[in-house]
Amino acid sequence: MSRAFTPKVVTANALIEGDVVYLTADDRWTRDHAEAELIEDEAHAQLRLLRADRQRDIVVGAYLADARQGAGGPEPVHFREAFRTRGPSNYPHGKQEAGHV
Amino acid sequence: MYKYSDFDEAFVRQRNAQFRQQVERRVSGALTEEEFRPLRLMNGLYLQLHAYMLRVAIPYGTLSSAQMRQLALIAERWDKGYGHFTTRQNIQFNWPKLTDVPDMLDALGDVGMHAIQTSGNTIRNVTADHFAGAAADEIEDPRPTAELIRQWSTDHPEFQFLPRKFKIGVTGSPNDRAVTRSHDIGLRIVRGSGGRTGYEVLVGGGLGRTPMVAQVIRPFLKKADLLPYLEAIVSTYNLMGRRDNKYKARIKITVFENGMEKFRDAVDARFEQVKREFTGVDPAILAKIEHSFAPPAFRSAPGGGYETARKADPVFRAWTETNLVEHRAPGHAIVTVSLKAHGATPGDASAAQMRLLADLADKYSHGELRISHEQNVVLPHVHKSDLWALHAALKTQGLATANIGLVSDIIACPGMDYCALATARSIPIAQGIATHFKAIGLEEEIGALKIKISGCINACGHHHVGHIGILGLDRAGVENYQITLGGDHTENLTLGERAGPGFAYDEVVPAIERLLRAYLALRDDKAETFLEAYRRLGAEPFKAALYPAEAARDAA
Ligand code: SF4
Repeated sequence: MSRAFTPKVVTANALIEGDVVYLTADDRWTRDHAEAELIEDEAHAQLRLLRADRQRDIVVGAYLADARQGAGGPEPVHFREAFRTRGPSNYPHGKQEAGHV
Repeated sequence: MYKYSDFDEAFVRQRNAQFRQQVERRVSGALTEEEFRPLRLMNGLYLQLHAYMLRVAIPYGTLSSAQMRQLALIAERWDKGYGHFTTRQNIQFNWPKLTDVPDMLDALGDVGMHAIQTSGNTIRNVTADHFAGAAADEIEDPRPTAELIRQWSTDHPEFQFLPRKFKIGVTGSPNDRAVTRSHDIGLRIVRGSGGRTGYEVLVGGGLGRTPMVAQVIRPFLKKADLLPYLEAIVSTYNLMGRRDNKYKARIKITVFENGMEKFRDAVDARFEQVKREFTGVDPAILAKIEHSFAPPAFRSAPGGGYETARKADPVFRAWTETNLVEHRAPGHAIVTVSLKAHGATPGDASAAQMRLLADLADKYSHGELRISHEQNVVLPHVHKSDLWALHAALKTQGLATANIGLVSDIIACPGMDYCALATARSIPIAQGIATHFKAIGLEEEIGALKIKISGCINACGHHHVGHIGILGLDRAGVENYQITLGGDHTENLTLGERAGPGFAYDEVVPAIERLLRAYLALRDDKAETFLEAYRRLGAEPFKAALYPAEAARDAA
């Protein structure tokens, strides 16, 4: 049996601002990880990533990142992805400044 | 000071105009990211974790006050009001919007600056001793050489697609402050027999995944042969260098795999060929370059109360003890302005700080500034009678920290707070160490120490050559920090040795404290630095301090 699939979100950077965005279930790009679509199926994940890849005038460098269901929506698993939801730790810049966390 | 020639200016303007169109085509969707990426990288624009990042070259670390002021303006208008100075004498803006970058590049062009060849497999920004043209121990100013190399390598048609990036560093002093032995090519200006100056040429140095110390390929190269010889090295590497594996593509691997002898023979053969074809550098251009680096007219004046002020003001005195270096002109000093206030981000300067530094350079340092690879700013030519007023002015923007060369004067790369390649954070580790040692009041007691931190194996934070090196890694999804000991960044370049297993994020500061308390207990006297004590005693007592549980077990 293949190993259990770790749920994913599709994430990328916005083309103009460069900030981190996530694909929602209703095909929007959100700045808020909790609003992302949590993808629990591998085939569906690939389809969603393809969809993201085609939006080349909106986002850059889409990829699948591990995530899990949290109380308020999907949460990142790895610390790199956790940093991406907030911004740097030395200044309150990035998403934490924009009030997304 | 050196000014760009008309050719440079026209070239940069043209490149900026092209890039503006490329950005427009990217935004309209006419260019894909795959097509656009190499174009933006050619113009120094990276995509990092949270935003784009624009890396701007500061050739050989020299800035005029007008350039510094423009960097402040750019930081304020298009970024978040600050810039980050790097170990490669570049400045990075961490938050530009893609659509603003063409305007930023134009603003840089207005003061003769650009971001070309700050990325990609090209010859990168040429670095040099940050005390160039001022240091008392200097044989010759390395900057005319660096500038000549800059002109030769910028847009060099054959060297835009090398196997890998290529870095050249130059020093004009026997005391190497430019870490030349960690460069693909290091040049040391030396005096040959008969007193004429030339170059000792080193090749194959580099930090990163496979750190190596550069070796001498030619003990003495005549100055007139510099460009044909460099051309011979780079074109030999261009042919012999591996393109099949990114991790084996640097010239250090080419030299290592082929052996120095074979590589040298190939370079020599190529050199004979190049030399025949080489028509020489236009002597007028060379003269112009050298002339533009002529030292300013140094004031010959009495010390003007400097010693009195030192006696009267202990804060000023402490600063003069750490932040000044001997200048070659009598009555002058080289001032290093610390960008390492305790708790601040190493290498960051706010727009207000940059403006103040520009004003102070005009007032006290002949309009000149330098950026050091240690991420500080240097005012190279200050008369001692001006030091007290300068220090007072620096205080107004939090720039008077007296810590150069001490435990809190840490090199730290951006790490996972910004860098897309990072495996862990470096900045908060640096902040943690600096604030902790200030809080426990041991900084002065510990004395000379180089701590260098990288957020991944690429070693932009030079951790291998720190007396204490810290490398941030990702161990099974958790930040983990490896400590190396005994590195040396000088002319005696030495790679530090790994002390043992890594430490969790929260364990790093306590580990460094145990290590430095052990040093204080072990040293002969206050004059023996950490590095000297380490060399005398070997790694064992320091490892025992880092890993007390293991040491206790071994002793039982
Ligand atoms: S050492 Fe690694 S993390 Fe640090 S700046 Fe270089 S590539 Fe980024």
